[in-house]
Amino acid sequence: MNFRYLPMTEEDQKEMLQFLGISSVDELFADIPDEIKLNRRLQIPEALSEPEAVKYFSRLAKKNVNSDDYIYFLGAGIYDHYIPSTVNHVISRSEFYTAYTPYQPEISQGELQAIFEFQTMICELTGMDAANSSMYDGPTALAEAANLACGVTRKKKVVISKAVHPQSRAILQVNANGQGYDVVEVDIKNGLTDLEALDQAVDQDTAAVIVQYPNFLGSIEDLAAIEKIAHKHKGLFVVSSNPLSLGVLKPPGEFAADIVVGEAQPFGIPMQFGGPSCGYFAVRNKYMRKIPGRIVGQTTDEDGKRGFVLTLQAREQHIRREKATSNICSNQALNALAASVAMTALGKRGVQEVAIQNIQKAHYAKQAINQLEGYEVVFDAPTFNEFVIKAPKPVSEINSALLKRGIVGGYDLGRDYKELSQHILLAVTEARTKEEIDLLVQGLGEI
Amino acid sequence: MIKQKEKALIFEMSRPGRAAYDLPDCDVPETKLEELIPSHLIRQTPAELPEVSELDLMRHYTELSNRNHGIDSGFYPLGSCTMKYNPKINEDVARYPGFAKIHPYQSEETVQGALEVLYNLQTELAEITGMDEVTLQPAAGAQGEWSALMMIRAYHESRGENRTKVIVPDSAHGTNPASAAVAGLDTITIPSDEHGLVDVEELKKAVGPDTAALMLTNPNTLGLFEEHIVEIAKVVHEAGGLLYYDGANANAILGITRPGDMGFDVVHLNLHKTFTGPHGGGGPGAGPVGVKKILAPFLPRPQVVKVGDHFKLNHDIPQSIGRVKAFFGNFGILLRAFVYIRSNGPDGLLKVSQDAVLNANYMMRKLQPYFDLPYDRVCKHEFVLSGRRQKKLGVRTLDIAKRLLDFGFHPPTIYFPLIVEECMMIEPTETESKETLDAFINTMIQIAKEAEESPEIVLEAPHDTVVSRLDEVSAARKPILRYTPNHEASANPSNKETVKA
Ligand SMILES: Cc1ncc(COP(=O)(O)O)c(C=O)c1O
Repeated sequence: MNFRYLPMTEEDQKEMLQFLGISSVDELFADIPDEIKLNRRLQIPEALSEPEAVKYFSRLAKKNVNSDDYIYFLGAGIYDHYIPSTVNHVISRSEFYTAYTPYQPEISQGELQAIFEFQTMICELTGMDAANSSMYDGPTALAEAANLACGVTRKKKVVISKAVHPQSRAILQVNANGQGYDVVEVDIKNGLTDLEALDQAVDQDTAAVIVQYPNFLGSIEDLAAIEKIAHKHKGLFVVSSNPLSLGVLKPPGEFAADIVVGEAQPFGIPMQFGGPSCGYFAVRNKYMRKIPGRIVGQTTDEDGKRGFVLTLQAREQHIRREKATSNICSNQALNALAASVAMTALGKRGVQEVAIQNIQKAHYAKQAINQLEGYEVVFDAPTFNEFVIKAPKPVSEINSALLKRGIVGGYDLGRDYKELSQHILLAVTEARTKEEIDLLVQGLGEI
Repeated sequence: MIKQKEKALIFEMSRPGRAAYDLPDCDVPETKLEELIPSHLIRQTPAELPEVSELDLMRHYTELSNRNHGIDSGFYPLGSCTMKYNPKINEDVARYPGFAKIHPYQSEETVQGALEVLYNLQTELAEITGMDEVTLQPAAGAQGEWSALMMIRAYHESRGENRTKVIVPDSAHGTNPASAAVAGLDTITIPSDEHGLVDVEELKKAVGPDTAALMLTNPNTLGLFEEHIVEIAKVVHEAGGLLYYDGANANAILGITRPGDMGFDVVHLNLHKTFTGPHGGGGPGAGPVGVKKILAPFLPRPQVVKVGDHFKLNHDIPQSIGRVKAFFGNFGILLRAFVYIRSNGPDGLLKVSQDAVLNANYMMRKLQPYFDLPYDRVCKHEFVLSGRRQKKLGVRTLDIAKRLLDFGFHPPTIYFPLIVEECMMIEPTETESKETLDAFINTMIQIAKEAEESPEIVLEAPHDTVVSRLDEVSAARKPILRYTPNHEASANPSNKETVKA
């Protein structure tokens, strides 16, 4: 057995020990009290050689149903999209993936420029002024937006629509418990945030109103109407948005959103069991110096040449320590790079085309399922690439039957919404063909 | 010296009509967009994303990668970050369709392989850290800290105690106090003693009925093992507080000692460091948290459990703090770390720590004659030097760092920990050969000589990089955070196309 990652030979070790004037490595651990030394081998499985590891992990991987072999209509926050081949080739360049945070800008211009471009693309899509270099994921970005809003307004209530992703709301609640603010959830009506209820919930104490666009149920919220309510009492208007949908939907920035957050997974990031993905965080200029996390800025070098650096660091934990308003340090930079490559590959026309195909295909599926006996599209709100259907049987039963037909069915909304038991959230992306959609429809019809 | 040209931004390379993607035509009957979406919600001005060909795209990012230094490019002794070699098999495994192309909401029986990875990783990390249970949800070290502090809060609250103070040594990483703040807890910073260790007398003064926890990094950020840890644990526990282990620096202890045995109640690990994540240019990472039994009731939901031969998700954790991160954390990174653990086994992990510590001590002693060594004692996986001596000659640690760039080395972490003047924090890791260590040592010695004999060489460094030193002050004063196209185009909105339905 070789330890192929460990270059130290016996000869090396001997020379180094000799130089240090000691006879064994153990002496370097003499400062660890004996009573806390392990003094036994770790009880973990023995090392696998490379070929053994390949075998072992291939076998484990094969136990998982995956989108190479099955047709996916499952979304609810993570989607099966077309990933241009270029993405994996770029992020596999080890100058990128084996580097860390670009603390030394002179030898990190590649990463810094790529992130500067990412920030620009996020601003373009969202219609916002400034964006950071990434957050852990969409839901944690949303919670950080709420923290920011409470910080700048010094108010202690956050109003969020129940049509926001249940996991985002769950994470927000933990943040609120930590920071000591209240979260008020607003009901859903016909697949959209109930505007009357929202209006009643928002008051002088409201730091932020948070909605999702398109929302968790797939419906496209009317941001124009919500913005009026959100800003009525000088709270911040926070929108969590699928950036791919913004190829077609009017960006939240044009509805005077103060903070836009979301999940860049639809751009070039595989589903990977939900992570790592890539949160984004964008604001109006007014809040630029309150953004959490790393930000890249443009500057010049001593010869006046353009270059890029990490900037506005006075916001960050390593400077502010206990006065910091966010603790994020490592982020999701490599996935921001993946998203940038995908956004570049698609480009100005591609994001529109992909977004439109999502709308068309989802619409086609929605219409077809609506005609099936026993199934019903329950909301008439406009949708992007997801929609809700009421099913004649428990969702788990339907999904097991679909699985046998090589289809991974939709999300069981009864898990999060009592009133929506036997309701399925289906996702139809550009990656689905008409033939695949027809198979789904046929399958549903025959169950 | 060759003058390098400015690199164009991808936006500046854009030409209308070019594309680097290819989709089949829409194969379903199409409906007019206006019939599907209210017109006031339809985008009128397209996002100005670049339009380039596939070759343009690859050349652009290849050129960017050539302007970036990674571990595969050269030595990267960035202290506290554990920049060790990132095994390639980890990257391959993470890309297997059975791992990369699976959805987090698939039913449990369709993802048994993935759940098995998570369950075994939980179990093996518990053994490595000496803890009882592990959550894999946190996305990075800082999130692990915050999750753990939320659990500590919940624990004290469940016992009807109001404990709001978190004690951290002045050598602590910035995320420690920041995580405390985000968890709604107050920080008390205590000074280190003259040996760079926790000052136990100061600790005794700081603890009390309001102590929630002591957060400690061990080996600490100076690379020194807190040899009074058993007493420290006693002091904190007797005051009713808990002991938190910042395991970002675990590379010195694998198979040698365990936080659980040292008396810690909770620990986070940075899998992107000790367990070869990789670092990704700043992330993604993974920051699992291990806890002793007393904290297990407060773990985030859900936990992966094994029932017979079956792996399941347990959501039934009534006192759980809730959810801290979507889905199962950064699964792809967790998987890579698991491959690494399995590739090393118990003997490999032990040798990792032994070699890392031997390398660090070797370098420290080799450099000692040339730089100030503030803490003259055996170190663990890393050590700190001070550039005090060179500063007197007008050469600062920043200059030394920049001079290292000329030799193809990534500099050490500088100006951290805050308690060491002109600090350089050097972590060689176990994956570097003796030749590399010697080459770095010789370069550092050369720079020390230059500081005495020809300081301008150091002060003007770097000489060979694609840009020279950058103006960070202007960058922060007048921030330019995005590319804006030249103004003729953007000032006249009527020039812009509208979205085609
Ligand atoms: C000692 C220490 N603690 C905590 C952290 C924070 O970890 P992360 O960057 O993964 O959030 C780091 C690394 O940056 C560290 O070195």
